[in-house]
Amino acid sequence: MKIREIDAAQITATVKKLFMDCNYFIGQDILRSLESALEIEDSPVAKSVLGMIIENDSIAAREEIPLCQDTGMAVLFVEYGDRVCVTNGSFEDAVQQGVREAYDEGYLRKSVVSDPVFDRVNTRDNTPAIIHTKIVSGNTIKITAGGKGFGSENMSAIKMLTPAYGEQGVKQFILDTVRAAGPNPCPPVVVGVGIGGTFERAAQLAKKATFRAIDTHNADPRYAAMEDELLTEINKMGFGPAGLGGKTTALGVNIETSPTHIAGMPVAVNICCHAARHASATI
Amino acid sequence: MTKKITLPITDEAIKELKAGDSVLLSGTIITGRDAAHKRLFELIEKGEPLPVNVKGEIIYYVGPAPAKPGYAVGPAGPTSSYRMDKFTPALLDLGMKGMIGKGARSQAVIDSIVKNKAVYFAAVGGAAALIAKSIKKEEILCYEDLGTEAVRRYTIEDFPCIVAIDSAGNNVYAR
Repeated sequence: MKIREIDAAQITATVKKLFMDCNYFIGQDILRSLESALEIEDSPVAKSVLGMIIENDSIAAREEIPLCQDTGMAVLFVEYGDRVCVTNGSFEDAVQQGVREAYDEGYLRKSVVSDPVFDRVNTRDNTPAIIHTKIVSGNTIKITAGGKGFGSENMSAIKMLTPAYGEQGVKQFILDTVRAAGPNPCPPVVVGVGIGGTFERAAQLAKKATFRAIDTHNADPRYAAMEDELLTEINKMGFGPAGLGGKTTALGVNIETSPTHIAGMPVAVNICCHAARHASATI
Repeated sequence: MTKKITLPITDEAIKELKAGDSVLLSGTIITGRDAAHKRLFELIEKGEPLPVNVKGEIIYYVGPAPAKPGYAVGPAGPTSSYRMDKFTPALLDLGMKGMIGKGARSQAVIDSIVKNKAVYFAAVGGAAALIAKSIKKEEILCYEDLGTEAVRRYTIEDFPCIVAIDSAGNNVYAR
């Protein structure tokens, strides 16, 4: 396969559009799920909250304004073809520039501080973005982008379980994490789970799982069944929409897995609010 | 039934609010979140005056998105309240009457709400574009350098929320 040249400007334009789009337009999978939840809830408060969320998402899409004020930290999963050569600039700079332009010109909130502990000074352009890059064979670049709000990010957790915990231990940790989050992460939530790999791989998979549509399942039927079972269990907890009580605490549970070490079974749970924003493009 | 409340809120009105009540607030409120709370709290600890008088006020935990041209404010939904728990009792002791945010509060905050006859309202998290429709005007009061975290005054009309913790300490999040 021949080397393909991609201009840095095209990468910047693509990233810019992805971040603006995902902050204005909620996915059809989330909308459909919110509408089904509205039908099954009995309590007037739960119905009223879901109605407000659906109306909110429709206002945001119609007026092209962010659906949530927390337009998130910019996170990208990139599948970078090994036959691609970026011209007129570097890939990293092109991505960061796309984030800068989206947050500036798209009226998105700048929520990033330069130093986590001491300075905490706002960088004023929402950079740097978090970029997860995987080199794949081919001559295209696939970018999946999402703005990750921190109300739900703060409720996430990771645990280095050992093999003896088994399936029950994994499920228990996931349920404990969602229960501890309770009303805080803007339920109904999307629960992203990463199991296996190393400490950092599990966390990365959990984030990737929140970027998967909620009307899909893990390809392995055993994990697909676990996704359904966990969703049912979570929705028995009663936190409900906005944590004000009801049958809909989560809209979906997505599990991603990886081979791991003989001694380990890491489990990461990344919680995402109902504004589960992500968009993809291939250049 | 939805109760309409005109701000500034009176002690009598607070007393009548019960956890779970739906309310529409109209009048003015102030805003503040993590960084502003930290600064205000440091001044209180040093015994210095605050750049904003919180007495009788309701504070909304929000960091709005920028306003698109033609809009009074950008999307402005509530942020998680528990991060302000450390600072809230000191502000209530100065006469602040309430908070608007989302999610559970610590026992220390609940006790302080009861002691100071205050109230905690919950707005719907993630309904920022909808909520912004009830904010008619904004003005920066202090800490402009904090950008989205600056302390603002909002003029609101029929701002929708729910009484989450009432002045008797009843808590909708208890389950």
